[in-house]
Amino acid sequence: MKDLLDSILQGSSFLANLSEVALAILLLAIAGLLFAGVAAVCALVFVYVERKVAAHMQDRLGPMEVNTGIPLLKNIGHGWAQTIADALKLLLKEDIVPGAADRKLHLIAPFIIFCSVLAAVTVLPFGEKLVVSDMNIGVFFVLAITSFSVIGMILAGWASNNKWSLLGGMRSAAQIVSYEIPSGLAVLIVVMQVGSLNFGDIVAAQAGGLFHWNVFRFFPLNLIAFLIAFLATLAEANRAPFDLPEAESELTAGFATEYSGFKWAVFFLSEYFNMFLIGVFLSSLFLGGWHSPFGGLLGGFFDKGLWQPFWVILKAVVIIFLQMWLRWTLPRLRVDQLMYTSWKVLTPFAFGLIFFIGLWMLF
Amino acid sequence: MNAFDISFYIFAAGAVVSAAVMVFARNLIYCAVGLLFALANVAAIYVLLGADFLAATQLMIYVGGILALLLFGIMLSVKFTGVELRTGTLQMLPGLLVVAGLLGLLIRMILRTEWAMLEPGEFQPTTASIGRHFMTDYLIPFEVASVLLLVALIGAAYMARREKS
Repeated sequence: MKDLLDSILQGSSFLANLSEVALAILLLAIAGLLFAGVAAVCALVFVYVERKVAAHMQDRLGPMEVNTGIPLLKNIGHGWAQTIADALKLLLKEDIVPGAADRKLHLIAPFIIFCSVLAAVTVLPFGEKLVVSDMNIGVFFVLAITSFSVIGMILAGWASNNKWSLLGGMRSAAQIVSYEIPSGLAVLIVVMQVGSLNFGDIVAAQAGGLFHWNVFRFFPLNLIAFLIAFLATLAEANRAPFDLPEAESELTAGFATEYSGFKWAVFFLSEYFNMFLIGVFLSSLFLGGWHSPFGGLLGGFFDKGLWQPFWVILKAVVIIFLQMWLRWTLPRLRVDQLMYTSWKVLTPFAFGLIFFIGLWMLF
Repeated sequence: MNAFDISFYIFAAGAVVSAAVMVFARNLIYCAVGLLFALANVAAIYVLLGADFLAATQLMIYVGGILALLLFGIMLSVKFTGVELRTGTLQMLPGLLVVAGLLGLLIRMILRTEWAMLEPGEFQPTTASIGRHFMTDYLIPFEVASVLLLVALIGAAYMARREKS
């Protein structure tokens, strides 16, 4: 990032004349807007993909009608404009706050969640040099900053002054606090092998093609670790089959029941951007990040330049597809099954893995 | 005044204001939210001083763990038992005495300490040295703390189970 900035600075006399402080503020504003824009586009695309994946999994059509409306082009595109129409609708909708709600907390709750997801993306690597903040403790930072989202959900549930919301908020608190442990332990397994909390180091250690990726090391132990990490992050993202906080058949929409219009859109934006965050996070830790699966083929041609963000995003999309696949094929867990899965299955297995991989590394 | 100073004052002001909200708010949920922002601002100051690991730990433990449980507790007591959780002004005189004493001590400490200034330049990674210290110089306190946590855990599980029999 620093190199990139320096080159921009030298190229532009306007930027070079600004003081250090103004420049920092300007850069912060640009970075913030950029990521918020990327988040919005991600959500638009993934909502459409989710609908179509759901439709195909369940043998139905999904959205088919909404498109440009130009006579000859009318039947093209399988309702591609559906989410754009939805987004416009959400922006124009009246923002309803229940009379008995706590207005201030009701307002800030969705933004706390959104900011936590947005802040986490800043340390994720999309290429060897393509990272906003190449933080020394990147992995730990992601785990720490995403814990803000649980506060947002609890506050949303409480501030709405609605029983469903409250139950949703409480479930999310219990769920996220429980699943932080197996996900943290699974991440620890990778950190233990690489010896670094820096995303750049972790990805760089996986160079050399498919079988050098972390998921295939210490076979099959790391594969199990990847499964644990995948399930635990799925639960932390409140996605089915772990979507108890917003279980629509019991709790209407859980902690988001009393939200409408733009604030509700922010919840949705956070959920889909969080899926993308998890995709990039898991692909950096286990699936080789920006490395191609071909290793040194054609002199490492596929590992260079724009191929790097391509591989990161492709792997993230594959993980998102897996998340959607699970959502549309598995029924929702009960609360006790949820807790059982975390405390009696994932956590002991993660501890066992740490022990055995530790032994393997010693001998 | 450079970007470092400005960010420091922004975060310091944020910490003080949210701490004030925490202390003066009547509604306990607002106190908890004030605490949230105070913790986040203090974590930001840690980052400015180059203690990145400490900052992330602060967020992880206090925000993700303790504050979530705190809110959980407040929510359960308010909504399910109908108890109004509001704080008021009680014990004026002893409170003032304690506060005055603490303030005196703090001011004395602030004036007497020889403050080390941060050297400008690249931040050094802290995780490796923290880990090394835990496993060598501070091994006993580290292990004792973990035993303490284990005892608390077993105690909590015991108390939660006892009602059944």
